[in-house]
Amino acid sequence: MMRSTAAMARQRAKGMTDYSPAELDTLALHAGGKPDPATGARATPIYQTASYCFPDSDYAAALFNMERPGHVYSRLSNPTTAVLEERISALEGGVGAIATASGQAALQLAIMTIMDAGSHVVASSALYGGSHNLLAYTLPRFGITTTFVDARDEDAMRAAIRPETRLIFGETVGNPGLDVLNIPAVSKIAHDNGIPLLVDSTFTTPYLVRPFELGADLVMHSATKFLSGHGIVIGGLLVDGGRFDWDASGKFPQLSEPYEGFHNLVFTEEFGPAAFISRARKEGLRDFGACQSPTSAFYILQGMETLGVRMEKHVSNTRAVVEFLDSHDAVAEVAHPDLPGHTDHALASDLYPKGTSAVFTFEIKGGRDAGIAFVNDLNLFSHLANVGDAKSLVIHPASTTHFRMDEAALAAAGIGEGTIRLSIGLEDPKDLIADLKAGLRAAEKVAGGRG
Amino acid sequence: MELVSSGKDTYVYTNNKTVNPAKPSLVFIHGAGFDHSVWTLFARHFSRHDWNVIALDLPGHGRSDGPVLESIEVMASWTMELIDTLGLNSIALVGHSMGSLITLETASRLRDRVTHAVLIGSISPMPVSEPILDATANKPGAAHSMLTSFGFSKQNLMGGNPNPGMWMVSDSMRRYEDEAQSALDSDMRACNAYQRGLEAASEIAAPTLMLHGDADRLTPLRATKPLLDALSNARMDIIPGSGHSLMVEDPNHVLDQLKIHLL
Repeated sequence: MMRSTAAMARQRAKGMTDYSPAELDTLALHAGGKPDPATGARATPIYQTASYCFPDSDYAAALFNMERPGHVYSRLSNPTTAVLEERISALEGGVGAIATASGQAALQLAIMTIMDAGSHVVASSALYGGSHNLLAYTLPRFGITTTFVDARDEDAMRAAIRPETRLIFGETVGNPGLDVLNIPAVSKIAHDNGIPLLVDSTFTTPYLVRPFELGADLVMHSATKFLSGHGIVIGGLLVDGGRFDWDASGKFPQLSEPYEGFHNLVFTEEFGPAAFISRARKEGLRDFGACQSPTSAFYILQGMETLGVRMEKHVSNTRAVVEFLDSHDAVAEVAHPDLPGHTDHALASDLYPKGTSAVFTFEIKGGRDAGIAFVNDLNLFSHLANVGDAKSLVIHPASTTHFRMDEAALAAAGIGEGTIRLSIGLEDPKDLIADLKAGLRAAEKVAGGRG
Repeated sequence: MELVSSGKDTYVYTNNKTVNPAKPSLVFIHGAGFDHSVWTLFARHFSRHDWNVIALDLPGHGRSDGPVLESIEVMASWTMELIDTLGLNSIALVGHSMGSLITLETASRLRDRVTHAVLIGSISPMPVSEPILDATANKPGAAHSMLTSFGFSKQNLMGGNPNPGMWMVSDSMRRYEDEAQSALDSDMRACNAYQRGLEAASEIAAPTLMLHGDADRLTPLRATKPLLDALSNARMDIIPGSGHSLMVEDPNHVLDQLKIHLL
């Protein structure tokens, strides 16, 4: 394909601060939403409809043929979910987004949009168990394989890249050990090899980091967590940064060559920086159908309105809890980058100066039995499989979220048998610490009894 | 499609169709720092209605080879040569911003070969402020931010994109980043230097549509009167709530007006 002087001069503006018309707290309330033109309703209405009337036949044909923007069928787009998609795009600084049924659906949509059977992923070994399941066990059935590497080991990451590798994938802070992804370094590895970096920013949200500014190309979220923030909804978001040069790479015919599924449309030719997200909607959302319901989008929007104030409180509460646990005799180790002893403390301070996460793990003395006693004696902390709720949460990963992983895989992900994961909520930190004290007393009794 | 025009590799978007001189033809001319892809929706529509659609990439923009052309007059000469290369006798011209100045100049020279003209976000003269020229020359990131910030109405800067899920602010930033800095700077200086717009307008007999946003902050609505007065066969349609980026801010209104004017 002919490459023009202009295209070759494309500015890879990595590390550049993007333009935004407003600050995060303002965007979180306003971006993408306007008073409803039909009724004047100030809140974003829930457009609970499957389909939309066409004014006339030509208008209908124009909608189907991408001559007009608009809504046809809520699997493809919906006015309520569109506000959410635009809002997360604004918060992340992306060109566009797609709301999906879950975070898992967002990951699957990203992969399926740019990969075929025979494609290969290089992924950080510090991943959410659900993402690990998809990559390690499910996608190989469809011919897409993954090599998991320690994302801190840049040489290993480079060595894992093959001619058929099409994506590097990692979490901003790895679940659950809070391995901090060096986005600038990893994106350089990706771009040196003509492939994009997809980052799961579920734990951090745009409040703590905007991965596109650090070099990521695609961002996904489980909006179930901190974005919505109240543990009431399942949803995912996939955001396109719009900077990856799919043409120059030459590895993505899905975007740079005619697509038979839409009259030989070439997405890079017709949609420029929005090529990826356009194909994801026109193909992946159309064919796989993992769309988000408008009611779910409404709940997520409602939560996102207070993202800034909630995240500030999540982070400050977490700092108080981490400080308490780190000084407690019953705790062997706390894994949080706020602590100088954490491997990624300096990197976290540099990349995520406002904090790294309100989810972290610690190792309780006394192993599995002490961990069980601790969890059982907590009152405020809810024992369940989720994070990012306004309420504080606790779980034992080895027996729940990561139970399919063998010992070696667990160790690679930084998880031990006595590892406890906390998600710090918005309660008063004095009450949280009092609850943790009670749990630790119970754990000490078990540990003391065994000793 | 790719072709050689003026001795250079040139790209024009045709919706994957061969240009047939027997059909009516519509030539779309993009603005400063952009390329053919700003016209995708509209070109697809007229292509379905059996028009030749030619959304060109000016030299040094998008997929066309450089060098960038340094004046509106030279861009018009290049456009005329492209039209001849494609074997087109009569055409309709649609231009946005800088592209509207090229449309004026081209239409004034081609006279009755131009059946219709459409000027989107157009004023003449089209002065560019010193801070913007300084930024396009020396601080490209600042230039992209300034042009994006002023390129939309204040209301639309906060979103409400009619294209579901798309954030027009970052899309605009990426499009400026994709072009060579020298192209944007050269385009802005060409707009600033072009002084023949009103004279060219007075030479255009073809029915002309001016489309303008009432919240345009780059080419303000109040500055459109001299151009409208200079055109002998023109009407103005004002798009409420929109700024300078009409094809993004209100594409359905733009398409409706193009249909009224052209079909």
